[in-house]
Amino acid sequence: MDEARWIGTTLTAARPQAVAALLRYFRDLDLAEEAFQEACLRALKTWPQNGPPRDAAAWLIFVGRNVALDTVRRQAKQTGLPPEEAFSDTEDTEAEIAERMDGSHYRDDVLRLLFICCHPELPTTQQIALALRIVSGLSVRQIARAFLISEAAMEQRITRAKARIARAEVPFEAPGAVERSERLGIVAAMIYLVFNEGYSAAGDTSAAREPLCDEAIRLARLLLRLFPAEPEIMGLTALMLLQHARTAARFDADGAVVLLDQQDRGRWNQPMIAEGLALLDKAMRHRRPGPYQVQAAIAALHARATRPEDTDWGQIDLLYGTLEIMQPSPVVTLNRAVAISKLRGPEAALAMVEPLGDKLSGYFHYHGLRGALLMQLGRKKEAREGFMAAIGLATTPAEAAHIRTHLDALK
Amino acid sequence: MFYALLCYHQEDIVCAWTKEEDDAVMQKLAVVQERLVKAGKLGPVARLLPTTAATTLRKDQDPALVLDGPFAETKEQLLGFYLLDCADLEEALAIARELGAANPGGSYEIRPVGLFHDGGARP
Repeated sequence: MDEARWIGTTLTAARPQAVAALLRYFRDLDLAEEAFQEACLRALKTWPQNGPPRDAAAWLIFVGRNVALDTVRRQAKQTGLPPEEAFSDTEDTEAEIAERMDGSHYRDDVLRLLFICCHPELPTTQQIALALRIVSGLSVRQIARAFLISEAAMEQRITRAKARIARAEVPFEAPGAVERSERLGIVAAMIYLVFNEGYSAAGDTSAAREPLCDEAIRLARLLLRLFPAEPEIMGLTALMLLQHARTAARFDADGAVVLLDQQDRGRWNQPMIAEGLALLDKAMRHRRPGPYQVQAAIAALHARATRPEDTDWGQIDLLYGTLEIMQPSPVVTLNRAVAISKLRGPEAALAMVEPLGDKLSGYFHYHGLRGALLMQLGRKKEAREGFMAAIGLATTPAEAAHIRTHLDALK
Repeated sequence: MFYALLCYHQEDIVCAWTKEEDDAVMQKLAVVQERLVKAGKLGPVARLLPTTAATTLRKDQDPALVLDGPFAETKEQLLGFYLLDCADLEEALAIARELGAANPGGSYEIRPVGLFHDGGARP
């Protein structure tokens, strides 16, 4: 890896910690971000000459803070405001900062940053955009491409989110235990949404969206380092790793969907599976099950099966049953029906799927599964109707193409 | 003399490598490793999963305490190790330098091995 790339990676890795600490000093997202950007520019100039610092994050915080203080002082001279008292710890040296980053400050800073991005007043679309911009450091352009909207629209979404946070006067003190656990749930949900944005991408959009999966896993690991003993955060990380491990096998060379039981399991990413299984194993020791752990356990049963016919569908059925109790949703029941079809045949599965029609009539996978079950039962005309309904609801060309192969088979 | 080469690096940096960057590093390491195998100098090699997957058993109390996460929170984490059969420290250092060229940053701790027993289990 050449030096320029290494510096780039180091800056990316230091970003959450550095921006979070700068936010503690300045209590202003824009100022913290600008300070970090400026510090990065200086790093690009001085690191190649002087060699990289031992503690990149502390260096960036120190330099960024001094830069921003200069800016604020200059502005203060023009406007006549005494700003400095508003900031904490202006006398720190780089060494002091480095020392303190080892302790609880790091944890509280990054947590505060994540909580601010997931402020309950922000709609989830804004939470995701803000987290990817501020915490992950993706460019507005990258985020806009991933969400298939224009750069200007994404810029506006982020600006709105920031304005709303500024209005909401976010408290800078660390939250209490109850609030923290609630907010932790919101952060976890945001991370899983980021992942799903990447995971549901296909065909021509996948190149722009797939990095979202890596980003979500990175955010989850960050959260897990802050809360190393939270079984649901382990479960979430495991779930994403186990799903992402299948990425290379999920689409064929033409970008068409390859279903789980037809995937080349040799192309599954084994280190990711190993990490996912290890995390799930750790989580289950806590005996505090939750929806992420259950979903990870289902993904683990798929990952453990070397051949599709080795899949433990009975266990999967039980886990979906647990998930139905924890998080009742027709989509969960729909997924359970797949397990039922493997265990007790298409007729039993169809009996489970039919009553979901009211709630899922606008859902692609409902019609897709229903069509497939009807096809297995030889009810061709109804199967065709089901697939036609599905094709109308497909959100990606790959989904539509997959249904078309079924329709062709019915001819 | 047998040496353990313990690889320390900031895992948030290593985890931020793209797949291409990671593959490139592994490929460079493989070239050195292959040469070491041919020379009969390479013992077991392991790359460890992130510390978030680690569990620690603290046995300084009774009963021992099971904790999630690595033994110590450090700036650089133990991410893997090599076992090397070298004539002396100079040779071990030379190999460490060669392996180290694959990617910048981090440290190798070169630690002589007192007792080695290849239990035979394989992943």
